[in-house]
Amino acid sequence: MIATSLAASATLYAGNIDFNIEGLTTSFWQLTIDGLSYGAIYALVAIGYTLVYGVLRLINFAHSEVFMLGMFGQYVALELLGFTPSGNAYNEGVVMTVVFLGLAMLFGMAVSGGAAVGLERVAYRPLRKRGAKPLTFLITAIGMSFVLQEFVHYVLPEIWPGLGGTNAQQPIKLVQPVEVFSIFGASVSNVTIVIIVAALLLTLVTDMIINRTKFGRGIRAVAQDPDTATLMGISRERVIMLTFLLGGILAGAAALLYTLKIPSGIIFNGGFILGIKAFSAAVLGGIGNLRGALLGGLLLGVMENYGQVLFGTEWRDVVAFVLLVVVLMFRPTGILGESLGRARV
Amino acid sequence: MHRRTARGALIVGVAAALAVAGCSSKTTDGGSSETSGTGESSALSIQPGVLLDSAGNEVASADVTDAADPAGSGNATCSGVSLAMAGALTGANAALGQNILYGAKLALDKHNQANPNCQVEMETFDTEGDPQKATQVAPNIVSNASIVGLLGPAFSGETKATGPIFNQSGLPFLTASATNPTLTENGWTTFFRGLGNDNSQGSVVAKYLTGTLDAKKVCVVQDDSDYGVGLARVVTETLGAAADPACSASVKTGQKDFSATVSQIKGESPDAIWYSGYYAEAAPFVTQLREGGVTATFSSGDGTNDPEFVKQAGESANGAVLTCPCVPAPAALADQYEALNGQAPGVYSVEGYDLTTIMLKAIDSGVKDRAGMLEYVKNYDGQGVGKKYQWNDKGELSNALIQIYKVN
Repeated sequence: MIATSLAASATLYAGNIDFNIEGLTTSFWQLTIDGLSYGAIYALVAIGYTLVYGVLRLINFAHSEVFMLGMFGQYVALELLGFTPSGNAYNEGVVMTVVFLGLAMLFGMAVSGGAAVGLERVAYRPLRKRGAKPLTFLITAIGMSFVLQEFVHYVLPEIWPGLGGTNAQQPIKLVQPVEVFSIFGASVSNVTIVIIVAALLLTLVTDMIINRTKFGRGIRAVAQDPDTATLMGISRERVIMLTFLLGGILAGAAALLYTLKIPSGIIFNGGFILGIKAFSAAVLGGIGNLRGALLGGLLLGVMENYGQVLFGTEWRDVVAFVLLVVVLMFRPTGILGESLGRARV
Repeated sequence: MHRRTARGALIVGVAAALAVAGCSSKTTDGGSSETSGTGESSALSIQPGVLLDSAGNEVASADVTDAADPAGSGNATCSGVSLAMAGALTGANAALGQNILYGAKLALDKHNQANPNCQVEMETFDTEGDPQKATQVAPNIVSNASIVGLLGPAFSGETKATGPIFNQSGLPFLTASATNPTLTENGWTTFFRGLGNDNSQGSVVAKYLTGTLDAKKVCVVQDDSDYGVGLARVVTETLGAAADPACSASVKTGQKDFSATVSQIKGESPDAIWYSGYYAEAAPFVTQLREGGVTATFSSGDGTNDPEFVKQAGESANGAVLTCPCVPAPAALADQYEALNGQAPGVYSVEGYDLTTIMLKAIDSGVKDRAGMLEYVKNYDGQGVGKKYQWNDKGELSNALIQIYKVN
């Protein structure tokens, strides 16, 4: 039966789309696991989009470059720690690897967080002071995205030889992916576990910061009604800065997790598509909604992984965006809807 | 109050991070030098292997002592003629253009030192490898009447865009690297390709995989570039039954995650994998193949034949078979090249050197204009450093050779 449907689809799509249902069913669980690990990374980046959107109603398209700078940040940290890039995996033992990864992650977070705050200072705050229109912010965000990319492409190699430029950074691999256990025949590697656990943990912490702390209440208040929040003694500027910082820090963490999975992905335009996917994830789950970002990220990661086997690898991005369009047709505010700005009793 | 705690926590955090980083950087210096045994033990590089003719048979490398020498007799006289080079000299693909230019410079340097009465200049035109830029540059080359021959353009796309301009003005243009097969099917009379095209590379590679490597089942993976798709088509056709359609796959330029393709290939357990595309994708692809437990021979074409491939793939690149219609520089020439240019010769350096030599010989023989140059190149039949140069009426080499390289 599968054979006949295969033949039929082959004639229909002239070989460009393969309808590989068999491939999907045989490696379904493997695809799910791999998709979840991608989705977890999307989710972390998506939170950055969602938070900023919630507070400023701004889609910060330069967030993907904040992520990209985070990748370079953790790379520099590992170099400073004495690792030479070689394309081969180091074997430092579990404890030391965790320590090194932790340090690299902190450094990546610092770079990304700093970049996000710097971006806000340099690009968005002056516009806000002048009362610019939303469209101006959007164009500025896209512009800054290009500025940061081209900075790493052309300027960074001049001031820091060996960093940036046309080619991807020679990878520093701390962890060789090794199967730890298998579930339904799908192998779960150490890298996958680290990515999913770390991402979930960070999302949980962020959720608690937003919902339980005074700072989080400030964010929610500004998202809900900036003017009243100001009257209640909340500094809007400070909330905005900390929102960018939080989003940047999470992007830095995502950057480290991403390079664990794709060590040779550190390149000036390496954040671009991932950023768009993460933005889609945020919209999918309901932009401005923290848990929506997590749900949207995981869903997007898994669905596009199914899609790329079902239709062929080159359709991966198409599947992701078609999913977005379909969901928005029926739920224009995303799956969970917007919640950051909603009043809570 | 709250503000102060937040700021305090931030400062403490940063300080702690710095302190730990500082301490551990000392300890890991020792630590990483211990592990450097596993980390850096490999000094992998791309090494030339056998040279194959269009039927896939092994041929002996050219005897360099027979090669045409740009120095010539030493008593040539000429004036008012110059050469030009067009290709990517800045931008993302500059390395390739420079390989060609530096090869040409070596030939020029040898010629001009030996012939005091014939000092030939080579004007360079930067196209950035971009067809649009090349089209803007081309009129400048054509309008300079002293330019009697052009080395370039370097890439297929820009050659396709500018070919009609050069052809119309009667300017012979000799490319050292544009390998798209359709270029010689435009009816251009002044175009000459100094190396085999993608068709010859594809068919020779397929014969090599099934013949020498005795591969019974090959997975053909292609990227979405014209180059990758065209090359994959020829390889698949020539492989015939050995090409397994169940694990043929397409990937995208810029893609970094190949897990789906890897599991697809793993299920088929092939003897060899052919990748049609460039090193930026090939490096993570081969890494993920090896991590996924696929041990089949990895093979790829000239798009992957770049030191960057080995740098990024590390140990996973070991044993990879890379092909190229370009030939490696013999040791003596490589030394001269490095002395002049301060870097080792790369892909297409030898082609740049050989083609420039041919044009210099034309000038030495008394060629003063484009028509003379065209006649000379058309009827040229001689040994170069890399291979024998003789063109058919379309501008293809009559005996294109494919060099097999191996990473080890």
